[in-house]
Amino acid sequence: MSAETLLKVEGLGKSFGGVMAVSNVDFELKRGDFLGVIGPNGAGKTTLVNLITGFVKPSRGKVIFNGKDITGRKPYDIANMGVARTFQMVRLFHNMPAYKNLIIPLCSQRVRKLRGGKYGERDDVAIDLLDDMGFERTSNVPYKTAGSLPHGYLKRLDLARALALRPDLLILDELFSGMSMAEVAGVLPIIEKLNTQGLTTIMIEHRLRELFRVVDRVMVLNFGVKIAEGSPDQVMDSDEVKKAYLGVDVEIPRGKPA
Amino acid sequence: MQEAEVKVRKRRLERAIKARTDTVFVIASPGDILYVLAPRVVPMAILLLLPLFVGGYHSKVIVHACVVGLLALSWELLASCGLFSLGQSLFFGVGAYMAGAMDKYLHLPIWVTIPVATLGGGALCALLLAPVVRLRGVYFAMVTLMLPILFKQIIEAWGILGGTHGLSGLTAFPNEWLDKYLIIVAFITVLFGLRSLITSDYGLVLKAIADDDRAVMSAGINIYSRKVQALFIAASVASFAGAFITHHYQFAGFSVFALDWAILPLAAAAVGGTGSFAGAALGSMILVPLSEALRAMGGLRMAIYCAILVFAVLALPEGIFRFLERKYQEFETVIEVK
Repeated sequence: MSAETLLKVEGLGKSFGGVMAVSNVDFELKRGDFLGVIGPNGAGKTTLVNLITGFVKPSRGKVIFNGKDITGRKPYDIANMGVARTFQMVRLFHNMPAYKNLIIPLCSQRVRKLRGGKYGERDDVAIDLLDDMGFERTSNVPYKTAGSLPHGYLKRLDLARALALRPDLLILDELFSGMSMAEVAGVLPIIEKLNTQGLTTIMIEHRLRELFRVVDRVMVLNFGVKIAEGSPDQVMDSDEVKKAYLGVDVEIPRGKPA
Repeated sequence: MQEAEVKVRKRRLERAIKARTDTVFVIASPGDILYVLAPRVVPMAILLLLPLFVGGYHSKVIVHACVVGLLALSWELLASCGLFSLGQSLFFGVGAYMAGAMDKYLHLPIWVTIPVATLGGGALCALLLAPVVRLRGVYFAMVTLMLPILFKQIIEAWGILGGTHGLSGLTAFPNEWLDKYLIIVAFITVLFGLRSLITSDYGLVLKAIADDDRAVMSAGINIYSRKVQALFIAASVASFAGAFITHHYQFAGFSVFALDWAILPLAAAAVGGTGSFAGAALGSMILVPLSEALRAMGGLRMAIYCAILVFAVLALPEGIFRFLERKYQEFETVIEVK
């Protein structure tokens, strides 16, 4: 793994009216890193994602991706540069068959460039990708309307839509929310595998046990401010984090389970 | 003697023919071919052959229905990418005046004015509306509603393009058959052209924008440029209709910017069934002849027309086309079970 810096966030801040949703956040990601972002509700985690992906314009600070300043660029430009995201509340095309949802990113400039101008067989690429996500190609699940699928499938479809872009950086905004234990157990290995293959990932999550199993590093936000960063164990030992996030008396999951 | 019992079961042709998706067909018999082709070929054949049997006034009605049909198809394309337009009269009027001006002042032949007005009208309207594609729903509709009024006022105030009198004495089509069949063939071509466009990957992206534009942006697609492209196509279709009507009546005046040209296509799409081009086309083929038939009612014409519209939308909210499609898909054959 090369130690090249992929993403650099400097003094990033956003205020909505008088409220600082995110203030003065700095962090750096090297290629292949897996960063977890945690924090209580309203800590500014989703705003941070929106700031990096261009859905919200920062009030101050800089986002540098792959050596280029992408601060305030349009979401589709940033996506074409290789930043893909999922949404906390899945954003899908509910009237289309599930596999057709993936045709949209496959039509993007980025994928066209990566595939060397090969236009055809988008449907096949979509079905392959869905098969990897557990939509068995022999069943009729990939062909069902997205709106008729159960929640766990929708979350995986959202993940597949992000991956179809062949991103360099994947940002997962509470992918596991609303998923059953069994569904999480199905998706977690997929994400682990992607990361071992070298995909840089930021994962925002409330389910700490699962998060700590996969990430190398955790960043903690509270009221828009970064209050800690380090390995899961380091972060969980910090008194400030205990106070802000977990409450002092809560038993804390530690390290990667055997 | 005991009769051998013949077991039969009913089978929906639709189920047998469609394999998994809407676009893949499995055709096994001549009956299947007929089932697939009939709803596509028969209405088109009727439309193409009708002018041979009726003339004069009735063929004018067909021409008018095709013009409204083109506007309705143009409206439907914008609707399918989430742009709710009240400005079909803008596209129509720009095309009409462009063709008229080229004829009047530059003396260009018809085979130049119509194509140039089609593409030029499309480009001009796309350019005019490009800054407002960020607006959605009613806000976009409001802008499209205002622009035709603006154009009309400019022409009136400055007295350009014939001012309040309009451009008259323009070139007519060389013969009435070319006149009739140009619009009918254009209508059918645009109908099937847009249908295949919307089922292609390009059309899928447009429909996705209507569904969830943020998700489309996060998939690396510049939604604003896609919307402008859709505007260009839709405006070109309507501008063609405008350029055609200019040469058809040998006149271009304020009436092309009238609200009728925006409302009638919308009503046609609503009655025929929004969300499908065939619905918009069918709606205009029903509404235009209906409004002509009601002329006998005199003063009550509009009242009855509106009552029928309200009734149609209440009775069949899905639209006439969707209703017929559903009934057609329920068509069953009896087959023997061995």
